[in-house]
Amino acid sequence: MRDADPSTNEREFLLAALKDGARIDGRKFYDFRTLRLTFGAEYGAVEVQLGNTRVLAKVSCEVIRPYTDKPTEGFLMFNTELSPMASAAFEVGRQTDEEVLVSRLIEKAMRRSRALDTEGLCIVAGEKVWSIRVDIHFLDHDGNLVDAACIAAITALLHFRRPDVTVVGEDVTIHTLEQRNPVPLSIHHIPICTTFAFFNNGERMVVDPTFLEEQVKEGDMTITLNVHKEVCALSKAGGIPMEIDQILQCTKVAVVKVAEITAQIQAALEADAKNQIARK
Amino acid sequence: MASITTEEESKLLIVLPGDQLPESGLMEDSSAAHRLTLGPGLAPMDDDSITAVKAGILKHNAVGNRWWVESNQRRYVAAQGESIIGVVTGKSAEHYKVDIGASQPALLGVLAFEGATKRNKPNHNIGDLLYCRVSMANKDMEAELECMNPTTGKADGFGELKGGFVIKISLGLARRLLDPKNLVLRLLGQHIPFEMAVGTNGKVWVNSANAQHTILICNAIRNSEYLNSAECSAMVKSLVEKM
Repeated sequence: MRDADPSTNEREFLLAALKDGARIDGRKFYDFRTLRLTFGAEYGAVEVQLGNTRVLAKVSCEVIRPYTDKPTEGFLMFNTELSPMASAAFEVGRQTDEEVLVSRLIEKAMRRSRALDTEGLCIVAGEKVWSIRVDIHFLDHDGNLVDAACIAAITALLHFRRPDVTVVGEDVTIHTLEQRNPVPLSIHHIPICTTFAFFNNGERMVVDPTFLEEQVKEGDMTITLNVHKEVCALSKAGGIPMEIDQILQCTKVAVVKVAEITAQIQAALEADAKNQIARK
Repeated sequence: MASITTEEESKLLIVLPGDQLPESGLMEDSSAAHRLTLGPGLAPMDDDSITAVKAGILKHNAVGNRWWVESNQRRYVAAQGESIIGVVTGKSAEHYKVDIGASQPALLGVLAFEGATKRNKPNHNIGDLLYCRVSMANKDMEAELECMNPTTGKADGFGELKGGFVIKISLGLARRLLDPKNLVLRLLGQHIPFEMAVGTNGKVWVNSANAQHTILICNAIRNSEYLNSAECSAMVKSLVEKM
């Protein structure tokens, strides 16, 4: 069941309000919605709320055989499934265009940018490596699934602890959680996606579009950066063409946003670490 | 299945689906007739007992000995006689297909407007917002709408809604907004002149002089769902001061 198109009144009002300098929910153009991070009891489970958009990420690991041509590299897999729970427009088993774009963006942002050190996942070269799997569940769709999913994925990876391993010669012992404290993954940098939507013939750019803004937009672009101002990915799939100085302007805004969000993620992780100690 | 004892009428009684209501408690007030009127959320069972089928607050009106459950949900189920806001999604020779937020689109006859004849009928486009009345609804067929008062044949406020903005809210909040004594609307009306149409399908249309005011009103209405009166006044005051 496809989502109904918005009524003409909504479309015209949104565009007129943007021309006047206002967004429907009262935000300024470059404001993200309120970001809330909630950690689960287990390591590697985090729920991200970006306004009304909710995404849940869960990390799990297992030991498998590596590829023969890459004997020292572990695996990092992302599984994104958009279920009807998020929106009536999604159907189980059938991938919409949006779903494909979201999963490809997350793969590009996380895996190609080498955020997670896959070489560090090796236990015994050629025989045993860790395979890390990130399951991303979309609970509520109110626009900007990509940014929320990216924040959820990287925060879950930062939060996750894998079992400690001791290798003596050929003998591999995977310690249980009782024997040894689990070990965090080695994450090089924290890539954060920032999505921009374009309106008014390319003159107006807004950050973090809501569902209605996404339905009315003329084009969109997602920039993935980290705090060190390195561009991990830039995706502009179709939509209205933009000038180069507008793209650079978006990048400047994204740098500021990424710094804010990274600080918030790290503060949340530290608070949760204290809670974990207090609980034990 | 839990059994409930209704102690006092003034206490808030929360029921869950499957809760049985005691026969004795319900017949106390009916001095005149031994008749009981069941509203939404209650259903008689085979063994003559009454069970709640929706989760919510049990309400009672001594006039006519009416009992019902005030529940809340977001998905609309069409019921006859209700006024709703719909979006035109399709046109055919005889009907408009209107999306009212139910599981099926509803049908609006092309001639179901005030003073419409075959020669002179209104022309609505896809995407238009219409304020209509549900003329027929049951679970087996698509609901049917009309844009006029059935007894008088006059428009009575039904028809196309031009301009403004429409937001989606829960059904419970929509019913509360229809109350003439609603606090949020009264407070907003003291500061900003606006016009509004409430659809019992959870859609509210707001129109005012400029876009900023409309956005403010929409956000105030959305926020007011879970606030009590004191918090409501504080919220409206803070929103108006920011203007």
